[in-house]
Amino acid sequence: METLGHLAHGFSVAFSPINLIWCLVGTTLGTAIGVLPGLGPALTIALLLPITYQVAPEASFILFAGIYYGAMYGGSTTSILLNTPGESATIVTALEGNRMARSGRGGAALATSAIGSFVAGTLGTIGVAFLAPIVVKFALAFGPAEYFSLMVLAFITVSAVLGSSSVRGLTSLFVGFVVGMIGVDLQTGQPRFTFGMSELLDGVDVIVVAVGLFAVGETLYMASRRYAGKDDIVPLKGSLYMTAAEWSRSWRPWLRGALIGFPIGAMPAGGAEIPTFLSYAIEKKLSRHKEEFGTVGAIEGVAGPEAANNASAAGVLVPMLTLGLPTSATAAIMLSAFQSYGINPGPLLLTTQADLVWGLIASLFIANVILVVLNLPLIGLWVRLLKIPAPQLYAGILVFATVGTYGISQSPIDLVILYLLGAAGFLMRRFDFPTAPVIIGMILGPLAETQFRRAMTISNGDWTVFYKHPLSLTLLTLAFIGLVGPHIWAYIEHRRMRGPEHVPGDA
Amino acid sequence: MLNRRRFLMSTAAAGAAGLAASHFIPAFAQDAPQLQIFVPAAPGGGWDQTARAMDQVLRGEKLISGSQITNVGGAGGTVGLPQFVNQWKGKGNALMLAGMVMVGAIIANKAANNLTEVTPIARLTGEFEALVVPAASPFKTAADFVAALKADPTQVPVAGGSAGGSDHILFGLIAKTVGVPATNLSYVPFAGGGEALSALLGNQVAAGISGYGEFAEQVKAGALRLLAISADKRQEGIDAPTMKEAGIDVELFNWRGVFAPPGVSDADKAAMIKLIETMAKSDAWATECKNRNWTQILLTGDDYAKFVAEDTARIGTILKDLGLA
Repeated sequence: METLGHLAHGFSVAFSPINLIWCLVGTTLGTAIGVLPGLGPALTIALLLPITYQVAPEASFILFAGIYYGAMYGGSTTSILLNTPGESATIVTALEGNRMARSGRGGAALATSAIGSFVAGTLGTIGVAFLAPIVVKFALAFGPAEYFSLMVLAFITVSAVLGSSSVRGLTSLFVGFVVGMIGVDLQTGQPRFTFGMSELLDGVDVIVVAVGLFAVGETLYMASRRYAGKDDIVPLKGSLYMTAAEWSRSWRPWLRGALIGFPIGAMPAGGAEIPTFLSYAIEKKLSRHKEEFGTVGAIEGVAGPEAANNASAAGVLVPMLTLGLPTSATAAIMLSAFQSYGINPGPLLLTTQADLVWGLIASLFIANVILVVLNLPLIGLWVRLLKIPAPQLYAGILVFATVGTYGISQSPIDLVILYLLGAAGFLMRRFDFPTAPVIIGMILGPLAETQFRRAMTISNGDWTVFYKHPLSLTLLTLAFIGLVGPHIWAYIEHRRMRGPEHVPGDA
Repeated sequence: MLNRRRFLMSTAAAGAAGLAASHFIPAFAQDAPQLQIFVPAAPGGGWDQTARAMDQVLRGEKLISGSQITNVGGAGGTVGLPQFVNQWKGKGNALMLAGMVMVGAIIANKAANNLTEVTPIARLTGEFEALVVPAASPFKTAADFVAALKADPTQVPVAGGSAGGSDHILFGLIAKTVGVPATNLSYVPFAGGGEALSALLGNQVAAGISGYGEFAEQVKAGALRLLAISADKRQEGIDAPTMKEAGIDVELFNWRGVFAPPGVSDADKAAMIKLIETMAKSDAWATECKNRNWTQILLTGDDYAKFVAEDTARIGTILKDLGLA
């Protein structure tokens, strides 16, 4: 109950008019930069760091937190409407969200993502306020062996996004592995697949790949089929907002997404991408409308990942505020802002800087409210974007994708990569290879590799670490069940349902 | 129409961010020079923070009217370096941030350009490194750690930053000094000190090496035990011996300094050295350094050039031992 007192005090800090204004500025700016691919919260906060010389610590952290949460909202808008993810955490949102937008349910997709973000963001912030010490203990128990097992589990579950042909899906996944390996190998310092180009030593940004494959590839495909008269975009069908059925299909994914996102976000190597993949896979598995996935777009596939991504954004704050551990680029920049004030985040931060920390947590609640208020009325406006005739709309997307990509590192090489990937995306689309597994392979592949090699280095080459650690064993067991469970289940069902005559080939 | 609105919105956001980064020339300081700072890293990192702290202090002391900071990040600075060498040649009011990380990256990446091509101005700050163990570790002193390392280096996994970085180099130097072959070391690289910290707190590794600042708070809180620091002398407020005192004959600062472009006039070079010396002696700079755990290790002109050459040779040898060059 001590926490409630602290929180009340935090609200008194955050509710001062000047701090409310900072919160509003931060959330608005955050939404805007989240919309633009490339200009992410980490870069924006880094550029705004000099502000720490001018204003009080509370004010600047409230501003930064607003930007951070706002970017998570903004990123989903372009993912859904334009298939151009502004943030790596909203890549999964584009999968179903854009399908929904094309079939006239863009408004509902935006609404479920905004409300889901609010619900999960609020739950996540409650988690930061009340569960931080427990969650961090759990997160620290994750060593390289556990992370590797978690990646195995993630790989098993992402088979859900591989599409109808597993050969094509796996091909895409492996292409992603290769792209993910470009750059200096963290474990040995050796360059891989860089072809002697120093610009490639840091690897290829996942946003460039996502925008190239999704937005540019899609645009080229649309242009090539301009006169085929297929795949018309319906700006709006039925209600602008969510129908009763859509509400009832959304609330469970929101809660599940928040439950997956928060703890993984709190893990030092968790991040925001993995929980969105996991949430998507789970929603696809549990949905009663599986036929909508990948066709007209299933609302569960938007609601879950969006909730997961916002809850993980809150989770990232747990190790930062309790241990001084930055687990994302944005958190690392926020840490250096702490240092500008001569504050060293660490285990003692909560006691030495109670005003600051609780003011920050309170402002996160406020930021969430401001964001949902800011975003819901805008949905009508955003959806009208789709009324633009296709040639102009796609030309606009192309300009937008190019400008955004250039913004990531002001590197012309990135633009070359963007258009090469765009061409690849076009060919993949033309020959029916799914593009999402490329992104998943690119994110999960190097993570799994790194964690595997770390685990093996620490154990001095002893393979048994993966099943000797109880947590790791549990995760591997879950992965195994995920792999063979459905087959066994299908076999049992099959045996029970089967009549006297055998139906061939219904596996 | 809407895509135009969106475009305006995004440019507004970019503009707002840009506004904060660059500074308008204040009217009172029209006669002071305008500085251009080239940061061969993305915004937010150590070099970038140094550049922005310099900008803040120099303007505060009215030594410059303002500065423009350009970031060209990538590959430990080796993406930015050629641009500074070729496109900034002869600019008398320009400075580039660089440091030990770039020395290592130039060697490991076999970069086409190196630091002998730019004009050394001053070494500004350094962060000494710390050797730490989890609180529950059996190693009570640096000697315990060295003994275990000598007995079987493969059983002593040590966490730190990326392979070939300053943490890895220090580990290599420690091993070399105590006579353990560098190729037998069990070094576990993490993306940064923060991630390495989580491995230490979770008791995943035997020890950790990183900048002292990364571990300071955990040491104060008793979650980590500080065995030794790589500074040249004992530090105020830090209860740990230097490596030399602990019997490991190694000293290392992850240093940062500034260079002018190639081909600047001697007058410009002298003026720039004077400007940086004045800044480095100001109270405002001292406060910045203290807040960020930077140790001031000012060295200018030819002494600095000599130091860079020596450090390049030392790092080159150890990277070769570690199989990275």
